[in-house]
Amino acid sequence: MDIVSPGFTGRRRSGTELPPGQYLTHEFPVLSAGPTPHILPEHWEFTVTTETGEVHRWDWATFTSLPAEEITKDLHCVTRWSKLGTDWKGVSLDTLLADVETSADFAMAHSYGGYTTNLPLDDLLDGQAWIAYEYDGEPLDPEHGGPARLLVPHLYLWKSAKWVRGLVLSDTDDLGFWESVGYHEYGDPWKEQRYAGD
Amino acid sequence: MTADVPTYLDGNAAAGALREVFAVDLTAAIGRCNGCGRTGAFAEARLYVDAPGMVARCSGCDGVLLRVVNTPTDTYLDLRGLTYLRVSSAE
Ligand SMILES: [Zn+2]
Repeated sequence: MDIVSPGFTGRRRSGTELPPGQYLTHEFPVLSAGPTPHILPEHWEFTVTTETGEVHRWDWATFTSLPAEEITKDLHCVTRWSKLGTDWKGVSLDTLLADVETSADFAMAHSYGGYTTNLPLDDLLDGQAWIAYEYDGEPLDPEHGGPARLLVPHLYLWKSAKWVRGLVLSDTDDLGFWESVGYHEYGDPWKEQRYAGD
Repeated sequence: MTADVPTYLDGNAAAGALREVFAVDLTAAIGRCNGCGRTGAFAEARLYVDAPGMVARCSGCDGVLLRVVNTPTDTYLDLRGLTYLRVSSAE
């Protein structure tokens, strides 16, 4: 029952609202479930695989020649820190998926290093998600997911897969790395969907 | 070039979390990696804790051996990455 608006349950810090249970940080904590992959741009590629097995491929040169957007968004990590007004540059998934023919409802993001996370395809469209390759005007550091990471800031940050290398579209909502061991399949910070069943 | 500072701990650091689930000290157990077949003491695993859960990885192939997630009501334990854990039954 969402009878209380997020603004009411969120905490107010210097005029800024945070989702419930979050605290404000000015650091950029590095969370990692494994060793940091070091992928050279010339070895990097991004693929979108549809539910019929059709593969769309971008190498670094093709990818970075696509129209890019400057993005300023708040980040909310399920480990309870929030960082506000972060500046990114990246390619909208609307651009990358424009010529992809699909009727799939779900996407699994795959990363170099083996990480996965699942999302509804609708949450990657309509200006809600990017493949980001610059942070604060600089090429994205490997520790923050460079050369490129998924950025889906309206969901908890574990959905914004670092070192992303592709999306696999599917008719079924499979579970990713953290979702398969107790984390919420969707992860809306304003509804505090941290764990399965929240 | 900056040298990579290891971001992992050794497997002994998992003792506390695993004691909540198992009645034996698993860090002394021998585990076999399901990925590369490496066999060694669990204490030799590389443990990543700056994450939404705890992840132990094989020191041979970096494959995931074990994942532990604590929610407010449950502990999730994923052991798919281990072919077996051998726990000594001798005193
Ligand atoms: Zn191994």
